[in-house]
Amino acid sequence: MWPFHKKQRAEELPVDATAADGTAPSVVEPQVTRRTVKTPKIKNSNFEIGPYVGTYSAEDFGVNPVLGARLVYHISEDFFAQTLIGRTTVGRTSYERLSGGAQLLTDSQRKLTYYSLDFGYNVLPGEVFVGNRRAFNSALYITGGVGATHFAGDNRFTVAIGAGYRLLLNDWLTAHFDVRDSIFDIDLLGSNKTTHNLETGLGVTVFF
Amino acid sequence: MRTVLKLATLLILATAAGLAHSADGARQFDRDAGRYVEVAVADPYLELHTGAGVGYPVFRVVPRGERIEILFRRTDWFKVRDDHDREGWAHRDNMQETLLASGEKLPLEDLSHRDFDIWPWEVGAQSGNFGGGNVNSVYAGYSMNSNLAAEFAVSQTLGHSANGEIVLLGLTHAPRPDWRVAPFLQLGTGVVRIQPKATIISPPERTEQIAYYGAGFKWYLSRRFIVRGDYRSYVIFTRRDTNEDRNEWKAGFAFFF
Repeated sequence: MWPFHKKQRAEELPVDATAADGTAPSVVEPQVTRRTVKTPKIKNSNFEIGPYVGTYSAEDFGVNPVLGARLVYHISEDFFAQTLIGRTTVGRTSYERLSGGAQLLTDSQRKLTYYSLDFGYNVLPGEVFVGNRRAFNSALYITGGVGATHFAGDNRFTVAIGAGYRLLLNDWLTAHFDVRDSIFDIDLLGSNKTTHNLETGLGVTVFF
Repeated sequence: MRTVLKLATLLILATAAGLAHSADGARQFDRDAGRYVEVAVADPYLELHTGAGVGYPVFRVVPRGERIEILFRRTDWFKVRDDHDREGWAHRDNMQETLLASGEKLPLEDLSHRDFDIWPWEVGAQSGNFGGGNVNSVYAGYSMNSNLAAEFAVSQTLGHSANGEIVLLGLTHAPRPDWRVAPFLQLGTGVVRIQPKATIISPPERTEQIAYYGAGFKWYLSRRFIVRGDYRSYVIFTRRDTNEDRNEWKAGFAFFF
């Protein structure tokens, strides 16, 4: 049976000559040929990278398209770590629209960029069936993390929680659907307040 | 909104393209001979799951002596292909009992401790408090031996009166790296850029040298995964008469590879 017939015996060590004929031992030259165990190269595929598009609802500033990228590292079958970077341009507040000319922010201050360092847990791993021939692995996951949001001329410490759905289309291609809430403080409208900024995203990633 | 729709359509098309299968008659297992690592099952049987997780059902068992190809590995799971071209996921514990063509056991890493020769690299992210404000930080470390490691870190501080960025190079020394919760001491230096927030009179942005010492712990929680906590005392060498002191604590996670 393969590969048992190939199984080699360990190399026999040279026998010490003294035992046999009683003469003085010469300097023993060990002729041990060590079998080199080559560690086989198995490809690891624990990282995911890819873009996503979606909507970002900046509190008071309307819902706007967002473009982002994500890098995921799978630590175990249950846990993963991820980094997200996203960018959107926010709209105008109701106040700005109604007042006519008033502008709270300049155009460059309306650009909102965020990053997030998240920890994730696959809550509901499973399979989905498409027709009677195909089955795809999937997982519903939750994430939590910290980061910063650059918006209205300042960097703001951000806590983000989210939930998402991952569909593994094949060994290397994955589709994501995500909903996130980025929470940060802003003092733009007079008093300091905590804002919740809801985001949805649809993305693909490639495993490598 | 239209850009979003366009991009979403592109994503869907890309997805569909990725799904397209190559169908042909020749057996994949034979055609790929030599491309992948081949092992023979030495346990009574090897269980193939439909996915990389314990919850996924076992849809096939490969009997002892049969050959399988290892396509790739994801976390503790191996995607393998058997002699009949059926592909499935086998767990590490099961794979440990397979034999290479030479008769050796498939060499897999020892999970009981971190071998610093095999996994010298460490990457992590932390968050906490820096001088009263928030701080986010990412770092990469390289272990020169099991005790000593060099680290490169980038932090962003987000305070009430100022924001800033810090770039640091440092050393950590772990006297007992074999402990499950391994304490360490650390020392380092770098530069800090401080951007005071606009008030009536806005002080200018400045870049200063910064140095720190501190202590922390690494808790080896599970395979390749670390929970890490740090406490550091910083000195900012200003161009004025007095230096500034900051204290920082932060916690986060890291993994090694």
